[in-house]
Amino acid sequence: MAGFFDRLLSREPKSAYQAKERMKLVLVHDRSNLSPQALEQLKDELIEVISRHVNIDTQGMRVEITKEGREQRLIADIPIKTLAKRRMG
Amino acid sequence: MPGKVVTVTSGKGGVGKTTATANIAAAMALKNQKVVCIDADIGLRNLDVVLGLENRIVYDLVDVIEGRCRLRQAMIRDKRLPELYLIPAAQTRDKSAVSPSDMVRLCNELKPEFDWVLIDSPAGIERGFRNAIAAADIIVVVTNPEVSAVRDADRIIGLIEAEEKGPAQLIINRIKPDMVKKGDMLSPDDVLELLAVELLGLIPEDETVITSTNRGVPVVIDGKSRAGRAFRNISQRLLGERVPFASIEESGGLFNQIGRIFRKGGG
Repeated sequence: MAGFFDRLLSREPKSAYQAKERMKLVLVHDRSNLSPQALEQLKDELIEVISRHVNIDTQGMRVEITKEGREQRLIADIPIKTLAKRRMG
Repeated sequence: MPGKVVTVTSGKGGVGKTTATANIAAAMALKNQKVVCIDADIGLRNLDVVLGLENRIVYDLVDVIEGRCRLRQAMIRDKRLPELYLIPAAQTRDKSAVSPSDMVRLCNELKPEFDWVLIDSPAGIERGFRNAIAAADIIVVVTNPEVSAVRDADRIIGLIEAEEKGPAQLIINRIKPDMVKKGDMLSPDDVLELLAVELLGLIPEDETVITSTNRGVPVVIDGKSRAGRAFRNISQRLLGERVPFASIEESGGLFNQIGRIFRKGGG
């Protein structure tokens, strides 16, 4: 009974949930052959190239791999700093 | 109509490829299909012991390929079933004794005579795997609801797609429904969502698989075995029958969800 209440109160997620969340990440990187570090580096290089042409909000920028079925897509969402925004900030 | 070549593979070893091959083959033979199994795991042969035919081997796959015997001479007939044959692997050679084109040639010779050619692939992603899938019309990937088996299955599925041999069909083996209910084992839904492939079958963990393998008798012959029933369902699906995933493999809610996911995601 104590075990039951321990589990009820414990915040640790179920092991199957942890397995699934870990596998989601692992499979994304396995399939693309792109490690989290390499993705981070790609993001830095993107910032460098794009900043040469346009003023971007690097804080609000997202670069990630999404998947639809077994297809993967590299999505870069890069907010551009507008003049109005700059004045406000 | 020429027969179809089905290759059973997995990436990771020990997930139940050989058991699946033996039982799908036996279940098809019980349905009066003419079936030949090829053990492509050269050097680590096992399909013979799982089928209980180990004492009858004279010639093997490499003997056929290298022309030391005729194809007929290497085919062992299982006398307990109407039309089930085995071509055993060589035990004293390695995977390099056979090439993918050897396998294609062999299967082309077998296809006119059989309804089904089932190939038991070795674990791994190297030569043995390439040999095993070279002639395949259908590739079945076996996995377990565990992180290592799922990861390796994903890798194999990717390679199958790259070879344009897909889409692969998935068997999830050794499911423990009690652990799934408690949230302590990846559910079939979880595995399907992660791998995003078509589902072919769900096999519950079942001790009768061990006892029947001990005796060298395919578990599909045991009418009461839950795993046996699941393997019979798989063979029926391969034969083109529509066997729902819900209610038949297991009673209870767990497997009812699968049918929905499959219909939604499968195709």
